[in-house]
Amino acid sequence: MNPAVLIASVYVFALAAFLGYQVISRVPPLLHTPLMSATNAISGISLIGSLVLAGAVHYPLFAHILGFVAVTTATINVVGGFGITDRMLKMFLKRKPESDPAQKAVAK
Amino acid sequence: MSVATYFMEATYLIASILFVLALRGMSHPETARRGMFLAEGGMFAAIVGTLVGAHIVTWIWIIAGLSIGSIIGAWMAIWVPMTAMPQRTALSHAFGALAAALVGVGEFLVHASEMTAVTRGALGFEVMLGALTTTGSLIAAGKLQGIIHGKPIQFRGQNIVNLLIALSMVSSFVYFWIHPEIVAAFYTMLGLAFVFGVMLVIPIGSADMPVVMSLLNSYAGLAAAATGFVLQNNVLIIAGTLDGFSGFILSVLMCKAMNRSITNVLFGGFGAVIAEATSNAGGVMREISLDDAAMQLAFASRVVFVPGYGLATAQAQHAVRELAELLEGRGVTVKYAIHPVAGRMPGHMNVLLAEANVPYSSLYEMEQINPEFPSTDVAVVIGANDVVNPDARDNPKSIIAGMPILEVDRAKSVIVLKRGQGRGFSGLENPLFFKPCTTMLYGDAKSSLSHLAQAVQHV
Repeated sequence: MNPAVLIASVYVFALAAFLGYQVISRVPPLLHTPLMSATNAISGISLIGSLVLAGAVHYPLFAHILGFVAVTTATINVVGGFGITDRMLKMFLKRKPESDPAQKAVAK
Repeated sequence: MSVATYFMEATYLIASILFVLALRGMSHPETARRGMFLAEGGMFAAIVGTLVGAHIVTWIWIIAGLSIGSIIGAWMAIWVPMTAMPQRTALSHAFGALAAALVGVGEFLVHASEMTAVTRGALGFEVMLGALTTTGSLIAAGKLQGIIHGKPIQFRGQNIVNLLIALSMVSSFVYFWIHPEIVAAFYTMLGLAFVFGVMLVIPIGSADMPVVMSLLNSYAGLAAAATGFVLQNNVLIIAGTLDGFSGFILSVLMCKAMNRSITNVLFGGFGAVIAEATSNAGGVMREISLDDAAMQLAFASRVVFVPGYGLATAQAQHAVRELAELLEGRGVTVKYAIHPVAGRMPGHMNVLLAEANVPYSSLYEMEQINPEFPSTDVAVVIGANDVVNPDARDNPKSIIAGMPILEVDRAKSVIVLKRGQGRGFSGLENPLFFKPCTTMLYGDAKSSLSHLAQAVQHV
């Protein structure tokens, strides 16, 4: 890694940290569990690193196998994480319109 | 750069922006779902971009991994019950961290000889954080699932043993960093990190799990960010850092809610105090019959429910909502008081109550509800203990002294739903149970609540 790239990466890291602090401090305690599973799903982006390991040119077989395991676990996080976050968030909205009998009946 | 590479980089940029927008949507339940759709779109774009632009030649492993992962992930998303959310989240921290660690090992296998010192440093962080978070999260999940006993596992000289493991791990890291050609140093570091993760979490009791979960969340995110440094990939740095900081902020909030310092937590259970039985609270606990309790509730004008982990273990969230609706039908004002560390992970109680269709407008945070307790007729404590322990406020010698609590003891009367007369997880005596305004209703929370509901109907 040449110094210019390192400096750029540190910039990205610092700005992302700052942005993360700003954005996440606004999340109400009500949504802390969905927040945790959402950020978890998002950090499943390490899937893209795993994909390269599992299938790119000039990589030995053992790397491909490690990549395969990593792709599997990262995909579990992405699919499971987004799925379950959505399931939770739907629950928070279920009874929003207080006077919607049809929706209430379905929810029950 | 080829067109495909430009395309890939463009999808990464789009994904980064969408991830940030998604988290911004999390600031309100109304916008949260839409936000998550954006994040899903971003993720999809980044995956497609990688498959197009990363010179993939071997597809078999990728297709196998994506399919198996999708099946297991979808199965988890659909079938895991809300009460098992803490275990599932702990498991997903383990999976995320394992992916990061494995990518690190793969990079070491392929590129070790051509790595610069900076890349090796990032790789070390990635592998260490990834490995220790993997085993640590697995232990946490085991404790939450009840496979491993929830009580802290402690032994003589634990601190010294842990310190030695940590030191050896860091020295193998330094050795690897200076001599990248010595393969053994790298694998020693990896192995020690796995062991260290176990040692870090076993001394921590179940009641401290909200802090541990947040911390592991943070580590898993930082491992992903370190992967971004190794692979020089900005979307990994951004997503990992967002995750890491989210976990860090949650850790700080959880620490505040338990009045423990962040350093105390950063060093895990190292300083964990074995709860000594300080039983300065004496007296008798008065039991109350179902009918009397139902009578109190039915003729109250303000009732506050205070759920704790006992609500989750008894799966009593639906029963409490049914009782609350009956009371509301009688004109009683019903509110729910949620302590930040009630349950086993941040927001645990909110999710359970939302599952039972409790509208989020009746869920109140500690600061909002505490001033209302003096005007509350009946506070119903459902399987909560430490978060309502007045010792935290009144007794400076208590080990939970200074922890902010829900001041249910200021309510006109308190009904405590409890399985038995035991002391709960922390082993602390709770003077609330001996107060003259408090009565105890023993039994499984779910059946107590549904019996209460029946009794209220007959009042």
